[in-house]
Amino acid sequence: MAKKGWDEFEIGAMLRTFDGKIDDIAGTRQEDRAYSQNSSYTASVADWRLIKPVFNKDYCIDCQFCWIYCPDVSIISRDKKLIGVDMDHCKGCGICVEVCPTNPKSLLMFPEQADEETEIASWPKKDEEEA
Amino acid sequence: MSEMKKIKNLKEFSTSADRFEGANLLCPGCAHSIIVREVLNATNDDMILSASTGCLEVCTAVYPYTSWDASWIHIGFENGSTAVAGAESMYKALKRKNRLKQPERNPKFVSFAGDGASYDIGFQWISGCMERGHNIMHVVLDNEVYANTGGQRSSSTPIGSSATTSPAGRVSYGEKKNKKDIVSIMAAHGIPYAAQVAPNKWKDMVKKIQHGFSVDGPVFINAVSPCTTEWKFDPKDTMNITDLATDSLVFPLYEIIDGHELNITYRPKNIVPVEEYLAAQGRFKHLFKDEYKYLIKEWQDRVDEKWAYLQRREESRV
Ligand SMILES: Cc1ncc(C[n+]2csc(CCOP(=O)(O)OP(=O)(O)O)c2C)c(N)n1
Ligand code: SF4
Ligand code: SF4
Ligand code: SF4
Ligand SMILES: [Mg+2]
Repeated sequence: MAKKGWDEFEIGAMLRTFDGKIDDIAGTRQEDRAYSQNSSYTASVADWRLIKPVFNKDYCIDCQFCWIYCPDVSIISRDKKLIGVDMDHCKGCGICVEVCPTNPKSLLMFPEQADEETEIASWPKKDEEEA
Repeated sequence: MSEMKKIKNLKEFSTSADRFEGANLLCPGCAHSIIVREVLNATNDDMILSASTGCLEVCTAVYPYTSWDASWIHIGFENGSTAVAGAESMYKALKRKNRLKQPERNPKFVSFAGDGASYDIGFQWISGCMERGHNIMHVVLDNEVYANTGGQRSSSTPIGSSATTSPAGRVSYGEKKNKKDIVSIMAAHGIPYAAQVAPNKWKDMVKKIQHGFSVDGPVFINAVSPCTTEWKFDPKDTMNITDLATDSLVFPLYEIIDGHELNITYRPKNIVPVEEYLAAQGRFKHLFKDEYKYLIKEWQDRVDEKWAYLQRREESRV
């Protein structure tokens, strides 16, 4: 193997997150970034889940608790509104449901195979005891 | 100095574009990544980051993937802090020589490390960084155990916790030594800012991180990071456990400015008994046996004593 200079890397010692140049990462939304194949954004952990969160926007007050406490960057908020869950990166921990303050909750956990529309149609009603 | 990012409330904060990605291999419900997100989202400036060996590092850099959207380096267990300090020194030197390619940018230098890497194995390296006055922030992801290698005790493991190297059983109640007071030790270096934070109190945490970014010199942050695997609780309860930690005052939130001026930054409206914090975690399960119940009382006394001490320190303005 050829000897490397002090400013050269072995193959695999350095990964580039993006293809090409990116100037303002903090100002560029995920959907507008050119992720390289080396970013875990391009991977999925969906098969880790046994249960999944379902979002019902009817009760959501856009407080963003679920956004800040989701460990896996899987609550998608745009312009201060919650728009959905990123099912490629959600690991099904259930934290978002725990921290959701609405009554009934705007996020609930269901078995992975559950049908979202059916669950939303039969969403639990307001829990009077809790309120 | 670049302008501080404005974060008035959580809605405004939620417009941040994360620079940390999912599909990392941290356990579901791991608090490490919640802490990382709050730190990275506290600024829009470029970031130069390191992670010492541990859960965060091994789970976010599994070849061929990286979960970081910023310059990030890992070298060893002990030297995440010095890796970032080296980059900071180079930055300063290039700046002095007018050789920065983009002098208008103001990168933030942050080193993330576990309690094992900070309280024990990287202790001397961090101390060196604090003493030499590097413009870096060291953030401890304090889960009170060597989680990545299977739950060995560290000098952050609290009394009565069952760890694999100090297991609770017939003849022992688990860890026998009290947790090291790392924040005081680091503050004693006379650094401009040292603070304890918790991710549930995001506003307090982000304020402290932003303050840390604004000062000139080393910053030390100890962040409580409940570990679903080693503390033994359901992944959904990570934030509930964090609430119990801050509201029982087991993890009081405070800051120490210039090595001496102590401010308490969070006073729970309803202080929760320490017993509730302990009862919520499997690592303390054995303390509820009759023969070990006296330890719960001792726990409460220790927490009360520390809280009284912090209040005396704050009042005395020394
Ligand atoms: C010098 C050295 N000693 C031991 C190890 C093995 N090791 C890797 S990660 C780890 C535990 C890390 O614990 P901590 O720093 O608390 O981080 P956590 O995994 O808990 O987040 C250990 C002991 C190592 N990689 N290098
Ligand atoms: S279940 Fe967990 S990973 Fe999935 S969206 Fe909710 S908080 Fe995030
Ligand atoms: S926590 Fe609940 S109410 Fe708040 S934004 Fe999330 S889903 Fe909506
Ligand atoms: S073992 Fe603990 S610290 Fe490590 S990834 Fe799992 S929850 Fe996080
Ligand atoms: Mg640890």
